[in-house]
Amino acid sequence: MNKREKEPLLHIVKRDTLPWYRAWGIRAIAIVAALLLCALITAVCTGQNPLEVYATMLSGAFGSPRRVWILLQNLAILLCISLAVTPAFKMRFWNIGAEGQVLAGGLAAAACMICLADKLPNALLLVVIAVAGVLAGAIWAVIPALFKAKWNTNETLFTLMMNYVATQLVAFFIIIWEVPKGSGKVGIINQSTEIGWLPQIGSYKYLLNILIVAVLTVLVYIYLNYSKHGYEISVVGESERTARYVGIKVEKVIIRTMLLSGALCGVAGVLLVSGTDHTITTTIAGGQGFTAVMVSWLAKFNPLSMIFTSLLLVFLNRGALEISTVFGFNQSFADILSGIIIFFIIGCEFFISYRVSFRKPARKAGGAEHV
Amino acid sequence: MFDFVSFIPRAIVQGIPLLFGSTGETLTEKSGNLNLGIAGIMYVGGICGVIGAFFYEQAAGGAAGMNGFLAIAIPLLSCLLGSLLMGLLYCFLTVTLRANQNVTGLALTTFGVGFGNFMGGSLIKLTGSEVPSIALSATNSYFAKSLPFADKLGWFGKIFLSYGFLAYLAVAIALVAAYVLRHTRVGLHLRAVGENPNTADAAGIDVNKYKYLATCIGSMIAGLGGLYYVMDYACGVWSNDAFGDRGWLAIALVIFTVWKPNIGVFSSFLFGGLYILHIFLPTGTNLAVKELYKMLPYVVTIIVLIITSMRSRRENQPPASLGLAYFREER
Amino acid sequence: MENPTAAVKMRDITKRFGSVVANDRVWLDIYKGEILALLGENGSGKTTLMNMLSGIYYPDEGQILIDDKQVSIRSPKDAFDHGIGMIHQHFKLVDVFTAAENIVLGMEGKLDLKAASRKIREICDAYGFDVDPEQKIYDMSVSQKQTVEIVKVLYRGADILILDEPTAVLTPQETDKLFAVLRNMRDDGKAIVIITHKMHEVEELSDRVAILRHGQFVGDMLTKETNAQEMTNMMVGRAVSLNIERPDPVDPKPRIEVKGLTVRSIDGVLKLDGVSFTANSGEILGIAGISGCGQKELLEAIAGLQPTEAGSICYIDDDGTREELLGKDPLSIAEMGVALSFVPEDRLGMGLVGNMDLSDNMMLRSFRKGKGILTDRKTPKKLAENVVEELDVNTPGVSTPVRRLSGGNVQKVLVGREIASAPTVLLTAYAVRGLDINSSYTIYDLINRQKARGVAVIYVGEDLDVLLELADRILVLCGGKVSGIVPGRGATKRDVGMMMTRLGGRKADE
Repeated sequence: MNKREKEPLLHIVKRDTLPWYRAWGIRAIAIVAALLLCALITAVCTGQNPLEVYATMLSGAFGSPRRVWILLQNLAILLCISLAVTPAFKMRFWNIGAEGQVLAGGLAAAACMICLADKLPNALLLVVIAVAGVLAGAIWAVIPALFKAKWNTNETLFTLMMNYVATQLVAFFIIIWEVPKGSGKVGIINQSTEIGWLPQIGSYKYLLNILIVAVLTVLVYIYLNYSKHGYEISVVGESERTARYVGIKVEKVIIRTMLLSGALCGVAGVLLVSGTDHTITTTIAGGQGFTAVMVSWLAKFNPLSMIFTSLLLVFLNRGALEISTVFGFNQSFADILSGIIIFFIIGCEFFISYRVSFRKPARKAGGAEHV
Repeated sequence: MFDFVSFIPRAIVQGIPLLFGSTGETLTEKSGNLNLGIAGIMYVGGICGVIGAFFYEQAAGGAAGMNGFLAIAIPLLSCLLGSLLMGLLYCFLTVTLRANQNVTGLALTTFGVGFGNFMGGSLIKLTGSEVPSIALSATNSYFAKSLPFADKLGWFGKIFLSYGFLAYLAVAIALVAAYVLRHTRVGLHLRAVGENPNTADAAGIDVNKYKYLATCIGSMIAGLGGLYYVMDYACGVWSNDAFGDRGWLAIALVIFTVWKPNIGVFSSFLFGGLYILHIFLPTGTNLAVKELYKMLPYVVTIIVLIITSMRSRRENQPPASLGLAYFREER
Repeated sequence: MENPTAAVKMRDITKRFGSVVANDRVWLDIYKGEILALLGENGSGKTTLMNMLSGIYYPDEGQILIDDKQVSIRSPKDAFDHGIGMIHQHFKLVDVFTAAENIVLGMEGKLDLKAASRKIREICDAYGFDVDPEQKIYDMSVSQKQTVEIVKVLYRGADILILDEPTAVLTPQETDKLFAVLRNMRDDGKAIVIITHKMHEVEELSDRVAILRHGQFVGDMLTKETNAQEMTNMMVGRAVSLNIERPDPVDPKPRIEVKGLTVRSIDGVLKLDGVSFTANSGEILGIAGISGCGQKELLEAIAGLQPTEAGSICYIDDDGTREELLGKDPLSIAEMGVALSFVPEDRLGMGLVGNMDLSDNMMLRSFRKGKGILTDRKTPKKLAENVVEELDVNTPGVSTPVRRLSGGNVQKVLVGREIASAPTVLLTAYAVRGLDINSSYTIYDLINRQKARGVAVIYVGEDLDVLLELADRILVLCGGKVSGIVPGRGATKRDVGMMMTRLGGRKADE
């Protein structure tokens, strides 16, 4: 009995819910730690003082009014896509097809701009563009939803594959519409007439986009947290059997929610094509469909918190872009930095849900005395 | 007449990276980990191989000074090391820290693709090359070396013997993986972990160890897919983003093969064929239609997904705990 | 005591979950050649204590001695190495594996399923089990699965067996068979611990009882020297009455009329076959049957959750109007004005949402009420507060997720919500499964109060003793058919048990 066997050293216990300020404290520590690591990596790669590097990043993101506007515009688009995927995620429907849904919306918008430019008055055309874009996004999203509802087809892969189908569809139409022939590009649509372009508010190019997304954020927040539909989504997400038990038609909720999810992606597509780029390319969504998944998850599916998480990711992206240009890297550096920061935030959730303690040394030979 | 003798080998070389990827992902998923980071891991595997080969070529001072064994071993080991680290990162986050697997996987892909393109870009800058790519033709010649008598055997040689050693390795790994899963104790335990970690744990199986091992080995196998792509398929030329969406297709292939690596061998070749079919189909002057043909692999995947979901059989379902973190003292 | 050898000694065992102390300095001895019944209310820490022997949990403090040697059991594997095998309440089996694959799971050496099957057959022959090593678990009945669990433990040569509520899902006949096997093993010199809530089983089977209360060891004694009342009082900590009330039905009128109900599962298996009966208002209709013989399908068909093949389910209002419920979903049934409440077997997987708080769970039934697209959150919150107060639910507050509550409290929340809507029909499935004596009696009381209100109660139960004491009439199902309907007063356990296994019971016997 003298030989004591080794006991497990670390002990992990699930916590009761942490107060919000401590949870956010842990997240803040994680972000700071991530930023330190990023600084270190950047410093090693560039030989620059990390403080200077961050100064460069800040100036890249906020350095001039123009940059702030670009930042806000990027933020608006990413936030819009994140809002779009959130209802689906709350329902535990892993929609990673936002990329394709945005493309579908953008494609429809571009089609209207190209084909109807001289057939309709501009105001009416704008309405048609908006409706077409929203519908196209919704249709693209509802296809996997129908199969999920009917046969429980795996939605993760279905929506993923729909991305590539959408990409090829766009590629197909680009060749049909290409200007000039053989260039493989559509170019700026209606450059001289600006028909089908979303109007500018005053002299602020992106203000309309930003306002639209701001309104959507509030609406989605209310929809998810206070509406009957939002409640149904939560119940279906938590347990389909419970939903059926209380008479919620699960299939209907899945289809309705994905229509909404796709429609919001369609809005993002319209904002990109008709409100920002005025052209269509296969990369117009630029991977934001995937980034949005992370934005939404990091914000715990809360639309208001998503403003901050998307700001964080957009800031990283813009900042890293600036580092790339100043120090001559390629732009992928931003992906590495975002990756690292996301890893830290994902990892820190563990310390919010669980408590790790070192085992106290057990009292010596307690058993022997009693026996 | 459709030219099968030239189509089949091209379908196979297209299929090999998918085969590596799907075998790796199958092992990973059998342990209950849904690793959506496989696309990123294949990138990292590829670029790490490139980095190893690049520096070895530089050090050896060109093709003349290169040792055949090292020319293969160095890229191979750097590829395995790179993908192993990615697998470890995924495991640490999802198994030890119990993070959400979907989000971790997507972040890993963002990171991996970013890492690949960044390192690729840096190497391109280092060479001061005009074109945005790195050519490692000397290393390629070792990786792509086919059996010496292949070209003497006509169509048979072309279809069966014309590939570099990694292609045969891919098939061998898939078959071995299928055997291990089906017929060995390790395979039985691994499947138990993926089906029902609680049960596996109560039976005395170290759940976390199996999850780590399966995921890391799976990542290394997938990483080889990236290596094969650069060193053999792409003739030793790395260019950014060239690897494309193959990682995602590999994940789709796992479902297609109902989690059986041996079925993966032919399915991956089939997918490879669909991937390049647009080159072989006549389009005439209408280039746009080609873009529609390129949809084929994705559309077929969708159709297969739908069909498998419609006739759901108990044995063809994903591992029951796929995507869920395991905590023994969960109350 | 007659100087038996202790197989296991647990000394000063303490285990905490967060701020909850599940076991507080527990002393327990387990002897060879003896069946020990471990008793205690829910949350008294019985399962936790045994889980520390089987390596699922690790004690925070204290020692475990096996054969007088101090050991450290860090994992289930360590437990096996010390000859400890536990059969958990929720079976630890992989559904898509065969029995043999499950049995050899976790062992070392080369995988040889043929040799394993041979050894399994030997064990089965020795103890009189009936297990097909090649059969997949998902094709097995509950008692078959339990047999696989027991064979698994024996296969590893365990000397110390722990069974956590093994009879909860068995028929009386299956229970008898299990007990015979356990006695057999005891006579082999094995140490056996059984956790159960059923007093008559304790008296029938065990040699000694040990009692836990609030995580503390209260005492142990020889079974033959005690009785159910004394044990219950020790478990609860005060004197309790063990009688279930059964007031006579007041003015019973037909409320639900089921005719020729036939249900087929998705796999095409006939689950209900021409079932006909009437449930009256102000009466408790008990449903008995071995598990999986159609009870679940019957209740779910009435609740509108189960696709049916043929038959009719008629709801008869007080004024005599008849409404057909068959083919309607829960929403349309509610919209027809039929106040039907359903307490399903799977509380957290079906009746409630574990991650939502009490108020949000109350909303499950009421969220559609009110105009507009927004939900009303005040009424459910008030209802939650009422339920907590009236049913004495032990919870930090109404904004606590229900999965954090103990089994009894979860059930109170569920039943409280279901009866809040003033139902005319109340369906309950295994309403007291896993509940301790106190909570069970609260639930019986609630059901009796509904009966007094004139509600037609359909009560699916597994404990025949309770059914015989509580129900006014008992419908016995056997393989999806009605084996018979007997009055609750006067029926015997043996008769009902026979009817459960054979259509018509004794009649078929003659």
